[in-house]
Amino acid sequence: MTQKGLLLDVTTCIGCGKCVLACKQKNHLPSEGLNDDKLSYRNFTVLQKKDGQFVRKLCMHCEHPSCVAVCLVGALTKLESGAVVYDADKCMGCRYCIVACPFEVPTFEWNEWNPSVRKCNLCYDLIEKGLPTACSQACPTGATITGNREDLIAIAEARIRKNAEKYQSKIFGLFEAGGTSVLYLSAVSLDKLGFSKDIPKTATPEIPWRILQQVPNVLLLGAVFLGGSYWLFKRREEVAKIEAEMKDSAGGDSHD
Amino acid sequence: MIKQLKSLLKPWPIIAAILLITSFVVAIQRYTYGLGAVTNLTDQSAWGLWIAIDILGGVGLAAGGFVMATMVYVFRLKKFKPIVRMSILTAFLGYMIFVAGLLIEVGKPWNMWHCIIYWNIHSPLFEVAWCVMLYSTVLFLEFSQVIFEKFGWTKLQNIFHKVSVPLIIIGALLSTLHQSTLGTLFTVMPSRMYPLWYSPILPILFFFSCIAAGLAMVIFESSLSKRFLQHETPQHLLLSVSRGLVLFLGIFAVIRFADLSTRGALGLLFANAYETPFFWIEIFLFIFIPIALLLNKRIRSTPRGLFIASLCVVLGFLMHRVNVVTTAFARVNGGYFPSWQEFLISISFITAGFIIVGLIARNFPVFEKVEPAAEGEEEEGYVKIGWSV
Repeated sequence: MTQKGLLLDVTTCIGCGKCVLACKQKNHLPSEGLNDDKLSYRNFTVLQKKDGQFVRKLCMHCEHPSCVAVCLVGALTKLESGAVVYDADKCMGCRYCIVACPFEVPTFEWNEWNPSVRKCNLCYDLIEKGLPTACSQACPTGATITGNREDLIAIAEARIRKNAEKYQSKIFGLFEAGGTSVLYLSAVSLDKLGFSKDIPKTATPEIPWRILQQVPNVLLLGAVFLGGSYWLFKRREEVAKIEAEMKDSAGGDSHD
Repeated sequence: MIKQLKSLLKPWPIIAAILLITSFVVAIQRYTYGLGAVTNLTDQSAWGLWIAIDILGGVGLAAGGFVMATMVYVFRLKKFKPIVRMSILTAFLGYMIFVAGLLIEVGKPWNMWHCIIYWNIHSPLFEVAWCVMLYSTVLFLEFSQVIFEKFGWTKLQNIFHKVSVPLIIIGALLSTLHQSTLGTLFTVMPSRMYPLWYSPILPILFFFSCIAAGLAMVIFESSLSKRFLQHETPQHLLLSVSRGLVLFLGIFAVIRFADLSTRGALGLLFANAYETPFFWIEIFLFIFIPIALLLNKRIRSTPRGLFIASLCVVLGFLMHRVNVVTTAFARVNGGYFPSWQEFLISISFITAGFIIVGLIARNFPVFEKVEPAAEGEEEEGYVKIGWSV
């Protein structure tokens, strides 16, 4: 299956909030907090007003997601369609995914006795059938569209070419954190719209993975070092013991 | 003098009881209404004091167990034998605090066993989970000789004797792995952490700092056992441990500052920023003050001097872990500061740890006799240095 994705054009968003409502309905989220500006257990997407423009926040569905890499029980997975989805039955609630996400997306049910991690799932059931996500369907201006990631990139590039003075020349999400399934087009740089400007251009899970790959080496070197040390010091002890015995037995007759 | 001390100590059981009972109430609240009801944790600061103190701190301070066991059984520094059991016992309890901490910290503790059946080898936390499970078992086996001795099970004692060295080597390897991997956990978030604490070599920093912390813990707990368990560890042994402590503090300091300079973060040392004082508290407590104290001959030769130096290292070490988990995220965590319940639970776990160590130390032969004939050697005259209180 080809990788799906979303293209968000910040310049055409009018802030009507229909996407937020549609998302709530699709995912059976609590109806309160329609105007929240922070992602939470009750909002998988929110509209933020920054710099006189509306910018929508949701899970970026990274190509190499940190949350998927760090989850020790594999409760988060990247599907073939591109959606990053969560399995509450596997999750133990360690919240490493929430801490690790470079976009600060996953949230937690802090006031539940049996809490889950909550975040956008890219309407994985819809996109697998070739349908647009709930938020795309609800958008009256086409500020959010669903499509194959490749096609969306082509559309975005075409819009930039056509309106070079209007748009920032780069598509946000093409390389951010190693590439994301959700792409942004904007008139101003995205770090002015509430995104961290320090988001790396490479996939962050590669850093711990490079270190973890050293585990066999550490084990092997450590075992050789400790085993060798034991053998050496034990041998020294034995030699000292034998020497002491020899001295004792040699103590009687004193030639040597 | 001793009587005065004892009357002073009386309020301790009462304070401990109040702490533990209040914590129990807080725990019930937490399991009924969720983590949000008792902590100041939020989506922006999903890890807080419990991760820093009970999880990272508890495991790091327990490093004394594998360090001392390796010294005695692998490097054959047999003079440390009298303190090795106590270090292993406190290490085991450190890991029990870790597990107890997880039971309250983790959102769905009843799913914790999932790490046995669902594997993700790409997760540093997966490696930590497995190493901790295996190492706790190793620690228990290492401590089991004390149980065998107590009940006079000589056959089991003999079996233990045969496998002790491989067991201790496995323990040291597992410790090396998970102590450093606790640092690896944080390497995945370069953009979220303040550069004074983020580093791609966090695993190396975590490893060396845990050895220093473990050695400091050995001195610290020996000082406490003198006071509370009336067991005196020969001063010359603690002095030798302190020499190792200075060495590892020095190594850590060099790596820490070399790393800061390599990453071009030295400019932040005196930056007018929220994080700066936290950095210096950590550096002074963990590095400067204890090294200065321990390099001063007059100070290190008094039990009190050693005690204060080791206490500084323990606190400085905890400060480093707290900084990595919370201060480093200050710019994104929405001003997280732990709630009183978070402090209470952490303090209660430590209190419970001390109580259990005390109980076991009173009932099991955790202090091996120092054999003066075999071990006395040249330090014999060095042992009795006046206790200046």
